[in-house]
Amino acid sequence: MRDVAVIGVGMTKWGELWEKSLRDIFVETALMAFDDASIDKVDSMYVGSMSSGLFVGQEHIASLLADYLGQANIPSTRVESACASGGLALRLGYLEVASGRSEVVLVGGIEKMTDVSGYEATYALGTAADQEYEGYHGMTFPGLYALIARAHMEKYGTTREQLAMVAVKNHHNGSKNPLAQFPFEITVDSVLNSVMVADPLRVLDCSPITDGAAAVILCPAEMAQKKDKPVVKIAGSGHATDTIALSSRKDITWLEAVYKATQQAYKEADKGPEDIDIIEVHDCFTIAEICVLEALGIVEKGKGGDAVEQGLTSLKGKIPVNTSGGLKAKGHPVGATGVAQAVEICKQLWEEAGERQVKKARVGLAQNMGGSGGSSVIHVLERA
Amino acid sequence: MTTPSRYWREIPQRYRLEANKCQSCGTVNFPPRLVCPECQKRDLVATKLAEKGKVISYTIIRVPPHQFIDQAPYAVGIVKLDDGVNLMAQIVDCDFEDLKVGMKVRIEFRKIFDEGEAGILCYGYKFVPD
Repeated sequence: MRDVAVIGVGMTKWGELWEKSLRDIFVETALMAFDDASIDKVDSMYVGSMSSGLFVGQEHIASLLADYLGQANIPSTRVESACASGGLALRLGYLEVASGRSEVVLVGGIEKMTDVSGYEATYALGTAADQEYEGYHGMTFPGLYALIARAHMEKYGTTREQLAMVAVKNHHNGSKNPLAQFPFEITVDSVLNSVMVADPLRVLDCSPITDGAAAVILCPAEMAQKKDKPVVKIAGSGHATDTIALSSRKDITWLEAVYKATQQAYKEADKGPEDIDIIEVHDCFTIAEICVLEALGIVEKGKGGDAVEQGLTSLKGKIPVNTSGGLKAKGHPVGATGVAQAVEICKQLWEEAGERQVKKARVGLAQNMGGSGGSSVIHVLERA
Repeated sequence: MTTPSRYWREIPQRYRLEANKCQSCGTVNFPPRLVCPECQKRDLVATKLAEKGKVISYTIIRVPPHQFIDQAPYAVGIVKLDDGVNLMAQIVDCDFEDLKVGMKVRIEFRKIFDEGEAGILCYGYKFVPD
């Protein structure tokens, strides 16, 4: 296996992009990555998309998007692992370059979610849960994370205010990201007084429905040295799964797939939690960020809420988490999220993150997650 | 979407709480499985779920899927049954303020939702305070 580097990234403004189609959004974003990498063709591509079929009634998008990107005839693969589709696409692109099979690979992620009504979008997202044994009983995604939140509060004393602080922190970071869907600040009070969705989670604990895409270009690290950007390598990659139904887990507050994938990525990168400077986590709901910090080994089990309250993970803290604004403020076009996390880490490591730039960041970690933790993909990126 | 065949084939679990038990490690699986997730053995025999247990966690769904609009808000929880199985279902016949982690509940057979005038009436299990 050879070293793999990222040589270009692309991300456009996220939000409710009514004037743009799925193919428009993807091609525009991928071309930004092409320009950033100074290339005009790739050997192959991977596209993360959770549910183009339910969101826009279009399957077979790997071919569609390669075609509209002017790359018809290359191998193009769509990857699905619910909200971890983008992260998994990145892992497959990475493995393809590492193995020597391809030289230059495009990894993209896309979701066009606002062509359907809120009910239809909720249904599409709900298909990431067990339809026969969770969905059948009226369970929803906010509901699943609400069950995790209540159990975490009971077991560890995590407070309602600590959950709110995750959203406040991520909106603060998002206010410095011009591409974010919601680039503005919120307060703990506004979270605590927002509409209840699934007790104890309120609407400002939840990531939004978003149209958007993200893209990165991968190549052998040797080739990246000839470019003018500092070389950012993918130092480690990990992927693991867990039970599809939340109720099947021995401890619903613990994300075993995140833990397992992280251990793989740390081992491959020869790093541990103490080596990580910046992190992008999958904060689909505020409680998720707290549980993920624990599974990554950044804090002990049960201490995720305290870490946020004490400012450990804030932009000026010891380990800034979700400098991009996270899923909460940046938006969550599900298939694109995992790729966008890598885009943010690269921008930080290249010192291209503008107002939210973290000084001297050398090692970043991206954690992407599907369903209620039924899959997770981790990448460790390092500036050489 | 529930179709008649999809609904019909889940009836043994949803109406009669049919589960299976691993003869090798004793794990009870619900729904019944072809291979034991704990020990990967395939020697599984039919059994029935325990009907009582304690609430591990619960939530109140206020923004429901469209089949449940008439029922919202409603409580859904995960219950650890006396045979060790963790089961998700609605918790009914209980005021929301009386719900708590650790409360004792039992399973009752109830209507879960209906699919409108021409659709299927969907039945199954719910929890009630015990």
